[in-house]
Amino acid sequence: MSLWHTLLLNLPFEWAQYDFMHNALLAVLLVSPLLALLGCLVINNQMAFFSEAMGHSALTGLALGALLGIADPTATIVGFAVVLAVAMVLMRRTSAVPPDTSIALVMSFVVALGVVLLSRGGGFARYSRYLIGDILTITPSELGILAVVSGGVAVMWVFLFNALFFVSLNRSLAASRGFPAGVLEAVFSVLVAVVVSVSIPWVGLLVINSMLILPAATARNLARNTRGYVLGAVAVSFLSGVTGLVCSYYWNTATGATIVLWACGFFALSLAVRRR
Amino acid sequence: MDQTPYKVMRSCGECCTRLVDFGVTLRGSRVLEQIRLHMHCGELTALIGPNGAGKTTLLRAMVGELPHTGSLRFIHHGNIETTKPLRIGYVPQKLELDRTSPTTVMDLFAGALTRWPLWVGTRKAVACEAQAKLELVGAEALLDRRISEISVGQLQRVLLALALTPVPELLLLDEPVAALDQGGMERFYQTVSKMRTEYDLSILLVSHDLTAAAQFSDRMILLNRTVLCEGAPKEVLLNPLIRQTFGFGFTEQEIDGRRPLFKQLEHEQCVLQTGET
Repeated sequence: MSLWHTLLLNLPFEWAQYDFMHNALLAVLLVSPLLALLGCLVINNQMAFFSEAMGHSALTGLALGALLGIADPTATIVGFAVVLAVAMVLMRRTSAVPPDTSIALVMSFVVALGVVLLSRGGGFARYSRYLIGDILTITPSELGILAVVSGGVAVMWVFLFNALFFVSLNRSLAASRGFPAGVLEAVFSVLVAVVVSVSIPWVGLLVINSMLILPAATARNLARNTRGYVLGAVAVSFLSGVTGLVCSYYWNTATGATIVLWACGFFALSLAVRRR
Repeated sequence: MDQTPYKVMRSCGECCTRLVDFGVTLRGSRVLEQIRLHMHCGELTALIGPNGAGKTTLLRAMVGELPHTGSLRFIHHGNIETTKPLRIGYVPQKLELDRTSPTTVMDLFAGALTRWPLWVGTRKAVACEAQAKLELVGAEALLDRRISEISVGQLQRVLLALALTPVPELLLLDEPVAALDQGGMERFYQTVSKMRTEYDLSILLVSHDLTAAAQFSDRMILLNRTVLCEGAPKEVLLNPLIRQTFGFGFTEQEIDGRRPLFKQLEHEQCVLQTGET
């Protein structure tokens, strides 16, 4: 950690002189490629709407934390998202309602429930931090938790990649190769729920899904093969993450949203390049 | 890495796949029941039946995607019986693809042959194996193409090559020619016919094209929620059950007249028009 600080202090930039920027940069370097890696599989498996719902479920998780009187609601946010992810996987399997409709229903419910609970007595403004995120306040110990989660998710991602790749192409084909689609989707849904909800206090639940989807969508426009897709997504996430963080410092804006705007810019650029 | 040599041996005729009292229930309704099947290696079995007969469901249960009742047994060399097949190759009707999908043919093979995420390194051995399998089906030029930009017929051949990697003991083909034109269909059937004699494998092929299936298969099974009849293709097509099931039948001349199929394309299509669409 001290090496990291020394390294950045030697940079000739104003933003590089502050500890909070050092921590934030580290957080961005951890979170954005992780979200991009997951995003590749989220797009392959057409789960973008599902991950959006996971992000919004944080409102209810937050409210549960407040009701239970827990100081740091991350645990209830993660817990509720995981329970909801499993419930939605089961719902998709048994319900006759089309998947996108059922996701929309669940999302409406958890957003409404969260807002109702949080706004009791007119105190909603206290929680707006979770809507837009605040990466500049991240502490070294919180960074540690983020690093552990990132590491765990990255390892699982490595094991799940080929299996989910086949599931996304054809479920029977995946089954014939010994990959059980149902179990794998459930595991991946939980993984997405964990990563999204762990990142929400820093990125903000309004823009979290964009950080997940945009880098992969950008790379998809340009990639000639799967390697280009994955590496491209990671590159775009790094680039928009670091640029967004530094810009948010100078513009005095919310970091998460600034990063997402840069990612949108890169996506537009990729569309323009693809058209040619 | 799969070390199976490309040519295993001539079919031994000993190993087989056996379904006993096989049944599938989906959302509370019995879709398939009391299926009894016996498939030998080196044999191409055609599975025919009307829409909704449960043909695809049977395949999905056999690959393990859907739960089933009854038993699915595989008898290997030397009468070793297992309930788990060593390898099933499966060729689906279609893939879920969008136009921006970056997946290449090479990616498919890398995903099938390595445990690492398929984009980590392009191992020479994987490329060699993939190239060899693609050559078998006449698709050797496609290795680095994206599967979203090749034709349906080319993709079907790639999927067949993928199903043969590593060489399976049982190959399941789910209406692999449904989207192909006549020429593509013939090439595909010829390739599949060649496979059964070159490898030690049983092939089960779902087909809507009854006469073409009859020409290429060794045995035929008429399925409609259960096995209605089975036997030599000609026998099955001449069975009165065919008329009961499909609403049209065949005469002996019509079946024999199919050979060689390739010269009689127009006639073929006339026959099919009275059948399923």
